[in-house]
Amino acid sequence: MSSAMIDLILRATLDTLYMVAVSGTIAALIGIPLGVLLYVTRPGQVLAQPVTNAVLGVITNIGRSIPFIILMVAIIPFTRALVGTSIGTNAAAVPLTIAAIPFIARLVEGALNEINPGLVEAAQSMGATPWQIITKVLLPEARGGIFTALTVTVVTLVSYSAMAGAVGGGGLGDLGIRYGYNRFNPTIMLITVAILVVMVQGFQSLGDYLVRKSDHK
Amino acid sequence: MIRLHNVSKTYAIKGRRDDGSAPRTVQALKAIDFHVPQGQIHGVIGLSGAGKSTLVRCVNLLERPTTGTVAINGQELTALSGQALNEARHGIGMIFQHFNLLTNRTVFANVALPLELMGMKRAAIRERVTPLLELVGLADKASQHPAQLSGGQKQRVAIARALASRPKVLLCDEATSALDPQTTGSILALLRDINQKLGLTILLITHEMEVVKSICHRVSLISGGELVEEADVGDFFTAPRTQLGREFLNDFLKLEPPRALIERLEEAPGEHSHPVVRLAFSGDAVSTPLISRLARECGVDVSILQAKVESIQERTLGLMIAELMGSPAKTREALDYLESHDLHVEVLGHVQRDD
Repeated sequence: MSSAMIDLILRATLDTLYMVAVSGTIAALIGIPLGVLLYVTRPGQVLAQPVTNAVLGVITNIGRSIPFIILMVAIIPFTRALVGTSIGTNAAAVPLTIAAIPFIARLVEGALNEINPGLVEAAQSMGATPWQIITKVLLPEARGGIFTALTVTVVTLVSYSAMAGAVGGGGLGDLGIRYGYNRFNPTIMLITVAILVVMVQGFQSLGDYLVRKSDHK
Repeated sequence: MIRLHNVSKTYAIKGRRDDGSAPRTVQALKAIDFHVPQGQIHGVIGLSGAGKSTLVRCVNLLERPTTGTVAINGQELTALSGQALNEARHGIGMIFQHFNLLTNRTVFANVALPLELMGMKRAAIRERVTPLLELVGLADKASQHPAQLSGGQKQRVAIARALASRPKVLLCDEATSALDPQTTGSILALLRDINQKLGLTILLITHEMEVVKSICHRVSLISGGELVEEADVGDFFTAPRTQLGREFLNDFLKLEPPRALIERLEEAPGEHSHPVVRLAFSGDAVSTPLISRLARECGVDVSILQAKVESIQERTLGLMIAELMGSPAKTREALDYLESHDLHVEVLGHVQRDD
């Protein structure tokens, strides 16, 4: 294999990691608070707001029900307004982030739902404010579940980022399609798939390690 | 110290109203009036579903009463909300049946939690937590997580946590119900100890007479959301005033007439029948040989079917189920004799004489 080809593969791998890192980080920063909000505004919860909860729930569901490939195309004007272009890794990171936010939010909500309600009650009996309940009880107790949620999200983002490659997003998916599929180069195709497999394995192992380390249940 | 006035709690039941009437509701508590003085250990006992849990949750407003007022140490909690209520709750500790410790915090950090919530500085927290862990005998477990502890140890951590904010009042919601009898004993001993050392007022709810017997000063019996009986523990164990109280006591003492006898019991005395009585004696009566005197002075033979002596705190309590054998006049005289000696006599029924 030519050194130019190796460069190309390396470049594509870094592009994929870049897209996953940027969209994963931003989506976590927005998705985790949204997940907390979805949970604490439920009826009977510490900040019960049935109307807010219903509205957030509907928005989240809409976000989750749009197929990624359609979302990517549909928000091109927004992407262009945000990063100035609709092509390349930065442009691909926008729809990836938007798709990941409701995904993380629902998973985080589920992780919080696993917490024994008695813990919240105990904190209330000690005079904890809703904010203290979120920061000192809910988030620390759901740590393991939140790491699991983030791991699932990152793995999903790896495969979504490959899809983003199909519309000029760059990265391993882009490489696989242009060189492997369009130019009938099975070696390149296999290499890109192999790198994606290794990447997913790596993220999963790292996630599992963090869950084990953070959870004392 | 704890004063409830006219407290009631009504829950609305979800669901469609078929007949267009008012929403269906369940009244968990009905007009509870209740006072626990400073330094006392007060037990509330009742069957499951009687409203015990609702009652204890109304005291620190985890459940807000539908009507009535709750006052702790003269401060009316029901008039508070938000931050003022949270601050008042720092003065009320609570422990739970399932401990409710944070799994991702160490023992030390669990006990520190209420102090963090109060905004206390790290150094001050350390100074407060360490002696508490010593008090509950877990100083060596400070850096372990709850999952590594036994049930009894978890409840000790929960007790240390409840005491951290130096409350005046401790609420115990079935605190020993998930523990084995031996561990229950050691947790109760710890509660008695802190009651005496710190002068803490304790309200505990339970379905176990053993708990009431071993640490409570006074006891209330709750049934159907109402307090049906309240008494000093010694009195409650010698002479409960309600049928439910007697059932709890008999169940606790396992003192029921033999089944074969129950089937033969008749309510009204017949011409040829003997009364079967349940005798409860406490104080001086325990050490007086009343039964043999009964035989000598009243000419009544006594057949003891079951007997038991219990010590309830500083008092000794004797219980006996016996058949009094003699003519109706003689047995009547015998009953009067027993009553005149401060025995609590309950005629369970009458059995036909065999002779």
